Amino acid sequence: MSLDITKIRNDFPILSQQVYGKPLVYFDNGATTQKPRAVIDKINELHASTNSSIHRGIHYLSEQATEAYEAARENIRAFINARHAHEIIFTSGATGSINAVAFSFGEKYVKEGDEIVITAMEHHANIVPWQMLCERKGARLKVIPFNENGELKQEELLPLLSDKTKLIAVTQVSNTLGTINDVKSIIRIAHENDIPVLVDGAQAIQHLNVDVQDLDCEFYVFSGHKIYGPTGIGVLYGKEKWLNELPPYQGGGDMVDTVTLEKTTYNELPLKFEAGTTNYIGAIGLGTAIDYLKETGISEIHEWEQKLFSYANQKLSAVEGIRIFGTAKEKIAIFSFLLGNIHQYDAGMLLDKMGIAVRTGTHCTQPIMQQFGISGTIRASLAFYNTTEEVDRLLEALAKVKEMLG
Amino acid sequence: MTLNEVQDTIIEEFEIFTDWMDKYNYLIELSKDLPAIDPKFKTNEYLISGCQSKVWLHAGMENGKIRFTADSDAIITKGIIALLIRVLDNRPPEEIMNVDLYFIDRIGLKQNLSPTRSNGLLSMVKQMKLYALAYNAKNKKEQI
Repeated sequence: MSLDITKIRNDFPILSQQVYGKPLVYFDNGATTQKPRAVIDKINELHASTNSSIHRGIHYLSEQATEAYEAARENIRAFINARHAHEIIFTSGATGSINAVAFSFGEKYVKEGDEIVITAMEHHANIVPWQMLCERKGARLKVIPFNENGELKQEELLPLLSDKTKLIAVTQVSNTLGTINDVKSIIRIAHENDIPVLVDGAQAIQHLNVDVQDLDCEFYVFSGHKIYGPTGIGVLYGKEKWLNELPPYQGGGDMVDTVTLEKTTYNELPLKFEAGTTNYIGAIGLGTAIDYLKETGISEIHEWEQKLFSYANQKLSAVEGIRIFGTAKEKIAIFSFLLGNIHQYDAGMLLDKMGIAVRTGTHCTQPIMQQFGISGTIRASLAFYNTTEEVDRLLEALAKVKEMLG
Repeated sequence: MTLNEVQDTIIEEFEIFTDWMDKYNYLIELSKDLPAIDPKFKTNEYLISGCQSKVWLHAGMENGKIRFTADSDAIITKGIIALLIRVLDNRPPEEIMNVDLYFIDRIGLKQNLSPTRSNGLLSMVKQMKLYALAYNAKNKKEQI
């Protein structure tokens, strides 16, 4: 069975609009994805009929909200095949999740002279929290490089590891290069050396089948808004054993067991890590987004994304004077490129006025730009609601950009 | 022409364009006419920070008036700079300090000036006004 793209596009109200009198082509899905009507309606419905503080009230609404919140947790558990629902912690996003681990893990396990390993293709969100940790503790950051195609030099991982290595943090998919990293073998090598691994799934969860038990990673993080859910909600998956051992990173309501003015004991998982009134409407909305994807058909979605990738890759590669940054064998439909000597910002402004939404700049990956010796790229990142006709529109628009600026 | 007469002329020039692409084509044309900045000012010292495109700006004083030269690595940005310079170049510092650049909004480029575009034009206007402020202070000091 294949996808009914017309129906799918109708499910996303924002896609049918015109910008500057041109039909919108939304190719900025790496930054954020659009929301299906089911999610929008769910958020409205929750505000209109169910809004109530969870885990606290004894009244009807509070119970309804709590039940829906915990059902969303279970939904996400099943989606990434975690062993337990209490291994799913709701956070503000992938950035929030990484910062939480960097703080809690760092407090407990990292001391002066220790090392954290990342890769040279990480998003700033998977660099800066570790640098901050290293500053706090006097630890050091070690970096796995990548080659000119944007593929990790995995053979350089093992020599980087030592008994000082406390954790490896690696992205499953690069938000700039589109590379799908073989995180499973990184995790295997890490485990052979007793090192835990955090996987940044922000660009992977919406495009690949993710099974955290199969990956065997200690931590997996992603954002709701990049998988067609609401903004301001994210997930931190952690293996039960690790989450039990880590100290909480925020204090407040709901994360406590008993509080006296002298001492506080903490609640059990997952609430230990969910201080304060959580974004339950976001969490439930994220659950709805996942339901929508399942109903649409995950394998059909992935199959269509593959076709879109092949089509766009072939068309873009044939553009005269184009330089595509990130040509890994395994990649998703993220295309970072430059057209001849045309500045990415000029191109982005013109594309915008032709109704095409792309991102220009460094995409929060300045080290990647430094490696290629460029100041930025134009990035087109596709999602399953995009079409080959939209790819053609991009190609026509790029021809116009070349004509005006070339 | 007074400063506002220049602004009004620019507004008139842009009124004939109904299509965005024509406006940008015009900006691209204008970028070609921007007088070159002295290469010795194309250094980090004269770079305006917070831009997706690089913008270099230099200001000097000539007969009580400020002379601006600038450059950018992005062509459309350079075209917009050319407009700013057309309005603000060769004016006394007090006039630049207090200027209301209404033409930007009227020709539809306001969004290029919002901080969210991070293209440095807002920083550019700020920097031009800062230069004016500095030269004004310097003038007063010399008069005392």
